[in-house]
Amino acid sequence: MAEPFTTLTSLPMPLIRDNIDTDQIIPSREMKSTGKTGLADGLFAGWRYTDIGGRDADPNFVLNDPQYAESQIILGGANFGCGSSREHAVWALVEYGFRAVIAPSFAPIFAGNCMRNGILPAVIDPDAIAVMAEAKGPVTIDLGAQKISIDAGQSWSFPIDDEAKAMLLEGLDAIDLSLKMATDIATWQEADRAQRPWIYLGANQ
Amino acid sequence: MQKWGLFLPEPSSLFDKLWNSHVVTALPGGGALVAIDRVFLHERTGASALNSLAEAGRPVADPARVFAVTDHIVDTRPGRTDKTLMPGGQAFITETRAAAKAAGITLFDVNDPDQGIVHVISPELGIVLPGCTLVAPDSHTCTQGAFGALAWGIGSSEAEHAMATGTLRLNKPKSMRVSFSGTLAKGTTPKDMIMTLIAQHGAAGGKGHAVEFAGEAVSALDMEGRMTLCNMATEFSAMSGFIAPDAKTFEYLNGRRYAPKGTDWDAAAESWKELVSDDGAVFDTSIEIDASAITPMVSWGTSPQDSGSICSAVPEDAGERSLEYMALDKGQKLAGTPIDAAFIGSCTNSRLSDLRRASALLKGQKIASHVKAICVPGSSRVKREAEAEGIDTIFRKAGFEWRESGCSMCFYAGGESFDAGARVISTTNRNFESRQGPGVKTHIASPETVVASALAGAIADVRELL
Ligand code: SF4
Repeated sequence: MAEPFTTLTSLPMPLIRDNIDTDQIIPSREMKSTGKTGLADGLFAGWRYTDIGGRDADPNFVLNDPQYAESQIILGGANFGCGSSREHAVWALVEYGFRAVIAPSFAPIFAGNCMRNGILPAVIDPDAIAVMAEAKGPVTIDLGAQKISIDAGQSWSFPIDDEAKAMLLEGLDAIDLSLKMATDIATWQEADRAQRPWIYLGANQ
Repeated sequence: MQKWGLFLPEPSSLFDKLWNSHVVTALPGGGALVAIDRVFLHERTGASALNSLAEAGRPVADPARVFAVTDHIVDTRPGRTDKTLMPGGQAFITETRAAAKAAGITLFDVNDPDQGIVHVISPELGIVLPGCTLVAPDSHTCTQGAFGALAWGIGSSEAEHAMATGTLRLNKPKSMRVSFSGTLAKGTTPKDMIMTLIAQHGAAGGKGHAVEFAGEAVSALDMEGRMTLCNMATEFSAMSGFIAPDAKTFEYLNGRRYAPKGTDWDAAAESWKELVSDDGAVFDTSIEIDASAITPMVSWGTSPQDSGSICSAVPEDAGERSLEYMALDKGQKLAGTPIDAAFIGSCTNSRLSDLRRASALLKGQKIASHVKAICVPGSSRVKREAEAEGIDTIFRKAGFEWRESGCSMCFYAGGESFDAGARVISTTNRNFESRQGPGVKTHIASPETVVASALAGAIADVRELL
């Protein structure tokens, strides 16, 4: 179960590049075990370290800039999180301490993975993201009001569907919610089995 | 057959039929609880989903409809065992094996005759069927939409959800139809069709949409070509890509292990005929592409949208960052760029017909001596069938390595890779930075273009060989 997400104020880390794929967020070589932890060190490894597989910080990469050490928000580019469906990308972000990504658009699988793990993917116009980056100050996200604001007084609203919002706000577990509908599922399957018996594979295969 | 049309307005699209026939119930907030007919796992992400379910004390609801395979990090060198070239990789295999056994699901293990890349073996075994919903924690699951199924990639948490409940909570995507009219010219392939679509409409062009591929040029494709086309729907950011099933689909599936048999088959095949978009069906977005104008394509940058015709040059508005990574200049002609390596494999282009077409071009030829070339069949079955036809001999004699099946060097997991910084022409689907190894510069293209380039030692136009 994910930690509830209500409001968050943090200096956002700008990483405004389009098409940042999940291979960059967590390279496959950094997924060293079948668990969901131990991934923070591999976050953006290809950009963050001077050598592939090494651990020497590249001072030119924004994640290594000390002013963003406590950042919980990433300002990203369009189609953020495209590529591989690996949820490890989101687990790595969570473990490192990020709770929100603000970008003009997200790859669908990545956005779904974020929501299941208590990370808010907020869709915001690129011009507004540029304003947030230039402000160089903290950004406040209010999920209940679906609003993002900066200290200078400007604010922007972002869309999110009702269910995703409720799940993030309360840190709900989707499986628990759906298991409560077991009777509906069983009734549907019974009717479906009569129409499409071939879907229900038995011991005869 | 009432099944697909139930509660649907006339006319309705194939997508509406696939979607509506799986809605268990509407959810507050506008989404739906959607029934999932099949789940497929692989060892890279499967063990973590199964272990996490087990730790939460949640059983797999219907293990007979969940499958797993070892494909991603298995060794593809001859005589393989559980040992992998990826450091620590063996644990992914042994833990997946143990977790699959504990959950009671079917695993196609390292040396199983049915082993292979998940999206290649699922159709071979008749696991994907027209009108079914199939998910896997793997973004290229859309490949299987070629069979008229709604098949798409999900994350691990959703895989757990699908296994524990037999459903997913979803918002209905918008619908798109991409129609390819006309006939493909000689030397162009389904890979060039999908690369053209992405180059023209962008890597996010299909975002939020379920995409039906239709039109004369799509109907003309065989099932393997249709899989290549649907494979890269995820590179287009679509939820999935799919094609209405037809006689070719039924013929491909009839007799496969998990496909319906006897009277079930007759009933199934009859009902599948309804799985078409009705005349006049409405789509949120429609795209038309003239297939006869498509030329062989090759990528030049680090996103699949960074692609152009083999006879074109790197565009003037190309992104600096990707050009720096790819060590290319604006205005530089793509054909003639020297390559270090060539790769034929992956869930995009590693099926028997791909290998047949590649070997027909390679027969009696030798690739350029400086090119390291590898062919990795998509499944153990493809490998056996290719060997029975002598295709392996043609590849070997031409200078290619011939491997056991798996994902192999389609992606880099810390084990085997091309040389650092090497320029590779590849039949895979992703040209991301370091996708095929540290600093490796990937140019994606069709098997034909890869062969022509391997022979020339530089990116080459296959039409000059025809
Ligand atoms: S062949 Fe490549 S793209 Fe396909 S499933 Fe394997 S790693 Fe993914």
